[in-house]
Amino acid sequence: MVASVLEVESLAVSFGDVEVLKDLSFNVSEGSALAIIGPNGSGKTVLFRALIGSIPHGGRIRWASGTRIGYVPQKLDIQRDLPLTGLDLLRAKTSVSGAPVTGIARALELANLDPGIAQQAIGTLSGGQFQRLLLASALTGSPSVLLFDEPTASVDEPGEELLYETIHRLQQQQRLTLLLISHELSIVYRYATNVLCLSRTKCPHLGPPREILTPETLEQVYGTPVKYHHHDHDVG
Amino acid sequence: MTWASALALSVAVAAAAGLVGCFAVMRRMSLASDAMAHVALPGIGIALALHVHPILGGMAMLLLGALLIWTLEQRTRISTETIIGVVFSAALAAGSMLATGDELIEALLGATGALTASEVALGLAGSVAVIAFILTQRNRLVLSLVSADIARTSGIDVARLDLLYLLAFAVTVGLGLRYLGVLLMGSLVIIPAATAKILARNLDGMLGIAVAVAVLSTVTGEYLAAHLQRTTGPVIIAIAAGLFFAASFVRRR
Repeated sequence: MVASVLEVESLAVSFGDVEVLKDLSFNVSEGSALAIIGPNGSGKTVLFRALIGSIPHGGRIRWASGTRIGYVPQKLDIQRDLPLTGLDLLRAKTSVSGAPVTGIARALELANLDPGIAQQAIGTLSGGQFQRLLLASALTGSPSVLLFDEPTASVDEPGEELLYETIHRLQQQQRLTLLLISHELSIVYRYATNVLCLSRTKCPHLGPPREILTPETLEQVYGTPVKYHHHDHDVG
Repeated sequence: MTWASALALSVAVAAAAGLVGCFAVMRRMSLASDAMAHVALPGIGIALALHVHPILGGMAMLLLGALLIWTLEQRTRISTETIIGVVFSAALAAGSMLATGDELIEALLGATGALTASEVALGLAGSVAVIAFILTQRNRLVLSLVSADIARTSGIDVARLDLLYLLAFAVTVGLGLRYLGVLLMGSLVIIPAATAKILARNLDGMLGIAVAVAVLSTVTGEYLAAHLQRTTGPVIIAIAAGLFFAASFVRRR
């Protein structure tokens, strides 16, 4: 049996009187890819922030000992006009994680980001370059788990495909466990081992893509019929 | 006090202000930092009433102020800017009621006159401590400013780092109270860093330019003020502001 990297039991998060997550339980096994889907406001990012200990929560979250988390947020907290370069971020991340500086070149290579681009100010990067920089930054600490919050929210479509391929390749090469928030159902269908479907009103659904991504479940969760394309031969 | 030790102190305080200012500007604390300096005023007023060294009163109040902001930030969801803006404008009002006449002018705009040897020694120690803090913690400060969530997953105690930064900020403002006064010390923290933000292309550049602008403004300001027989603080800040406007015109691109 494959060991669990993450065990979540009866997780609950509230902001004031609003319950965002309630009685949520799931396990993530080593080397698998869990996709988290759901409509806006269903608590996907809140779940991630609870998992990394950024917000108070009820219930139990247990990471396997020795887990190193690489977190890729959807956006950063900084203004666009700061003279901070990609390299400044990577150096800071490397130094804080206690990783060797030589890891920066490797992380850039894995994330498929040109080192010249990393020398530009973060605010001047395109959506795709920015996401690759965040991915490289997450990789510098040699993580065992990658948490990815909507990697392609600000990326055009060809870039999106490319970024997912990079992530998928990395996951296989580095034996990473992947937790991924995404609204790209066809990508989720292709790459996820399991899908956790959050909803504002209904109980969460958890299972393999084939079982969760059915028109009935999706309509129940999103409240309207949802269409997406998938090719069965891609699923393996 | 020798001429050289006075110069060393000015340079050290200015360098600390430039470094602390870079993170204040990047954390969007510019206005807040100016307001935060005002909290020293009631401390100076109380110290004068109790016949204690006014800078000690100001410094104590600044450290308390930093603790208060940090606690409010941790417990409420109000932004730092709002908290500091409200609390410390109130402090300015309270301080103006406690200090009067010449004392008030000195507290607001800085005093002239020689410093004692112990004042110089304490000032140097404080500046060196702040400079060492920023230089050793710069990577942690950068990461927590870029994304508190990435910082947390990298093992940084973000709340503790925020507190240490606010204390370093408070100490820096306290160090400059004597020459620049409550109204102008916030400016020596913010203006050089704002100038550096315009000119720099990366973090090293920003830190270096901010220190250079702060030191240059302070040293030339002191020299010019003595020459023209003016209060030092306003001359220093006028020079720093001049450099800021010059930088805005020659800005890259």
